Amino acid sequence: MLMGIEWDTSSQWAFAISILPILAKGLLVTLQATAVGFIIALVLGLILASLKTSRLKIVAWPARFITEFIRDTPLLVQLFFLYYVLPEYGIILPAFMTGALALGLQYSAYTSEVYRAGLESVPLGQHEAARALDLSPRRTFTVIVVPQAIPRIIPALGNYLVSIMKDVPLLSVVAVLEMLNVAKIIGDRTFNYLIPLSMVGLIYLILTLVAAAGIRYLDTRLPKQGIPLK
Amino acid sequence: MNDATQPPADPGQAIIHFDKVVKRFGDVTVLDSLDFEVAKGEKVTIIGPSGSGKSTVLRILMTLETIDEGVIHVAGKPLWHERRNGALVPASEEHLREMRKEMGMVFQQFNLFPHMTVRRNVTEAPVHVLGLSRAEANERAEEYLALVGLSDQADKFPSQLSGGQQQRVAIARALAMRPNIMLFDEPTSALDPELVGEVLSVIQRLAEEHDLTMLLVTHEMQFAKRVSDRVCFFDKGRIVEQGPPEQVFVEPHEERTRDFLQNFLNTA
Repeated sequence: MLMGIEWDTSSQWAFAISILPILAKGLLVTLQATAVGFIIALVLGLILASLKTSRLKIVAWPARFITEFIRDTPLLVQLFFLYYVLPEYGIILPAFMTGALALGLQYSAYTSEVYRAGLESVPLGQHEAARALDLSPRRTFTVIVVPQAIPRIIPALGNYLVSIMKDVPLLSVVAVLEMLNVAKIIGDRTFNYLIPLSMVGLIYLILTLVAAAGIRYLDTRLPKQGIPLK
Repeated sequence: MNDATQPPADPGQAIIHFDKVVKRFGDVTVLDSLDFEVAKGEKVTIIGPSGSGKSTVLRILMTLETIDEGVIHVAGKPLWHERRNGALVPASEEHLREMRKEMGMVFQQFNLFPHMTVRRNVTEAPVHVLGLSRAEANERAEEYLALVGLSDQADKFPSQLSGGQQQRVAIARALAMRPNIMLFDEPTSALDPELVGEVLSVIQRLAEEHDLTMLLVTHEMQFAKRVSDRVCFFDKGRIVEQGPPEQVFVEPHEERTRDFLQNFLNTA
């Protein structure tokens, strides 16, 4: 029994069906961690990207260093650091929040590069035309650059959303009850690892395929020229 | 730099005045101590081999490129400098913003905003730079779209138009800011041959019916002959020869001009 749900070990099929509701609870945690991590990555990435593209070297350089540092160290190391070191300084977060924060932090390094590349992909001629028309730098950014960058940014962000989802099982090491952790506990108690772990794999496969199809669909629907302004 | 602090001899007459302007890209000198003047209302065509600095002249005027030495005056005011306590100091961004109001530019690649309708392309700057109301700007857009013959295309996006139509929208967009000087940087070089004519005839009408000062870089020699008051032949960052089109095209004094025109006629 786990989370108040009994399992049926009379046959492999019955066992699989009986643990499905338990895995579903784990799946919910997985999806929540994905969502929170992604939102943190989106916001933090935007902040990092705007710092990195700053003309002030004293602002841009540390931002670049932080990005590089985050990218070049394992997620697990960052997770352990947040989980074991922060409490020493009085910052005690629930395991779930620590995990989501670690995911968001790690992926903010990637999303910041997506934002930067998207903004830089807007041709120089657009900036020159805006300057020739005397549009202010702020107006040029918000009305000329951003609307054209968004269709290039969104699909890449979607791919990182899938990546984050696939990294959530790492949170099991700090005892977050996400789907893999739930499956492992079922295995520990029933000595049947094959069924729960296979099911986790299968559920991930389905989720990833669905998400990939969603991103492809979104990509075909996005206006390639930019968000239209009438 | 001593004489750089002096205003041009007669700033009232010349709307554009280059005084010993030097522009370098790395080791390459693109403009070599260039002296150049354009009178108010004058239509001047710049011709010359690629890399001779023709486009750079326009890009410097539009403040898309800086200069390394010399002084430029536009409408009697220094373009890349400001006068402070009698001395010329490098221009601030506010000064450049003010100076850009004198000029409009049409680019080789059109550079329309692809995510905006034709109307929005033409009204964006009048609304957000000049402070016109949306209604006033729309009215103005209609006026200039009619001028370039595209009144019925206002709700389309640039990608729905031909290259020639796109360039005409770009002309309307520049005109809608009511500049005193129009800069055309090879406006037909990116167009399919059958679309060149419609753009040139719009520019020619502008030249004939408006008192705009026009500065054109082009490879369309017949067109240059028709519209210009003066043709300047550029080579290696200097003006080699200039004069009325009949003279420069028909009986050029300089060997280099003859060679260029000869080569050009042979390859064109």
